[in-house]
Amino acid sequence: MEVNIEARRILAVSISKLYASRTQRGGLRLHRSLLLSLVMRSARDIYHSSRESEGPNGAQSAPEEPMDTSSSPGEQTRLPEPQPEPQPVLNSTETAPEEPDNTEDGCDSEIIEDKENLSPAKQSRKRRGKASAAPDFLPSKRARLEPGEERYEVPLCSCRAGESLTTLSLNRVIPAF
Amino acid sequence: GVHGLKTQHSISFLQFLLLTADIISTVEFNQSGELLATGDKGGRVVIFQQEQESKNKLQCRGEYNVYSTFQSHEPEFDYLKSLEIEEKINKIRWLPQKNAAHFLLSTNDKTIKLWKISERDKRPEGYNLKEEDGRYRDPNTVTTLRVPVFRPMDLMVEASPRRVFANAHTYHINSISVNSDCETYLSADDLRVNLWHLEITDRSFNIVDIKPANMEDLTEVITAAEFHPNQCNTFVYSSSKGTIRLCDMRAAALCDSHAKLFEEPEDPNNRSFFSEIISSISDVKFSHSGRYMMTRDYLSVKIWDLNMESRPVETYQVHEYLRSKLCSLYENDCIFDKFECCWNGNDSVVMTGSYNNFFRMFDRGYQQDMTLEASRENSKLRSVLKPRKVSTGGKRKKDEISVDSLDFNKKILHTAWHPLDNIIAVATTNNLYIFQDKLN
Repeated sequence: MEVNIEARRILAVSISKLYASRTQRGGLRLHRSLLLSLVMRSARDIYHSSRESEGPNGAQSAPEEPMDTSSSPGEQTRLPEPQPEPQPVLNSTETAPEEPDNTEDGCDSEIIEDKENLSPAKQSRKRRGKASAAPDFLPSKRARLEPGEERYEVPLCSCRAGESLTTLSLNRVIPAF
Repeated sequence: GVHGLKTQHSISFLQFLLLTADIISTVEFNQSGELLATGDKGGRVVIFQQEQESKNKLQCRGEYNVYSTFQSHEPEFDYLKSLEIEEKINKIRWLPQKNAAHFLLSTNDKTIKLWKISERDKRPEGYNLKEEDGRYRDPNTVTTLRVPVFRPMDLMVEASPRRVFANAHTYHINSISVNSDCETYLSADDLRVNLWHLEITDRSFNIVDIKPANMEDLTEVITAAEFHPNQCNTFVYSSSKGTIRLCDMRAAALCDSHAKLFEEPEDPNNRSFFSEIISSISDVKFSHSGRYMMTRDYLSVKIWDLNMESRPVETYQVHEYLRSKLCSLYENDCIFDKFECCWNGNDSVVMTGSYNNFFRMFDRGYQQDMTLEASRENSKLRSVLKPRKVSTGGKRKKDEISVDSLDFNKKILHTAWHPLDNIIAVATTNNLYIFQDKLN
């Protein structure tokens, strides 16, 4: 379904932009992060609502809002098929993309998604559920291997795609300074 | 005098200035137009001065030559937050001239500096105790006394930092604006606006604070702020949601509640994933008269009457053909570009930049618009610029450019208009172009 594909792609692009902005010179830009999170929220809502309507009603889909304003399909920019996203370097394979955090931020932080100190309830919630593959629009999160290391197979994401998007707390995307 | 853009007027090229080092990040004329300051990504400020008009060149205004160059800001490192602070100059604002020296404020993301630019064309000579090269003379060799005198020397322009206004902004500074009282100025970051006295660097007053108690509730940020040109108690700030708030400093110490809120209802037909991004205001400028203000969002320029909050009185489409390309522009980051806008001296024409090194002018009186290009090909002295056109329909006419062949790396974000004359400064990524109105 077109809107769904579009939403997924935008979500993927947004997430990689968010990760990229963490290494930006000058620090995280609040304005940019806010705009990214607004786009992600819209895309998530579309994606989620279209998946819901897909389920019980088969092919019927009612996107809440049109994505594009172009009057004729010919004018619309056709996006290429989603390419494999650039792999951000992550420290842990269980990092869920839905809760990007900024552990390098300093003392003025008010909302730090602190991976090390996650409550056990939270952590176990992440691990529960079907051990299915990650949603295909998300960047593949494989830890960078040191030379000589071997990779052992671990499910990349233990949450179902639908759940992972629901629990995506976009408010947390706003970095704390 | 200053003329509006009539059909018989044409813009001709005056000067092309190559700025080698870094990306230009701000351009600003001083109040007389004699000086033109640019700031760049490397923290440098370059000031150009207009030549006095030669009697022979009746058709041509004086050229701008480099007057002073100095390093305003250096990269810094905030050890507490492990953050590098960019030296890029975000804004330059001139102070009204009071004496022979010129003063300007320049700011990066965190620190504002007041610079004094002064000329030195004489130096004292004939000291009794010092040689001309500065070495001290043996007092025993001094047999006569003389009075040191000033002798002419080659003109030297010196820039010295007079004040440093630091440590007042947690977030990134996006605007500075000098008050008409010439004693105070404001600085704005994403969430706060501070008021400074030009003489006092260790204190500033916070006059707007939109930081929510819980950052998770953040929905909008401040994108620009400016003082009213005549009313020293009035200023405006724009937001990422496309609203402008006008505040009166006499009402309360903290101007969180606005005196006026300018907002245009969103057109539901134009709703998309990117509606919020493109409605974010990137620049706000009062007209010289103070009756109007202009805002720039991603696709349009809007003129607001300060007496009417419900909607703008004029809206000009800068590059509406990009509306169907927003997804690609999001992917290549162009949708985050912050375009500025400016008024001409008598508020009859407004100007803003676009892509492909195009810039746009809108004549408010004659309701005409023009698209021009700043490029090397146009750089023959006094050659008249040919208006450009982007083809949006199916069939592309000759000399038109199709949307898909626009170069989105060539963007004009910063433009400035001489306050008293029809001379404009247009900054492409690395170069500064100066154009003038061709006098017939």
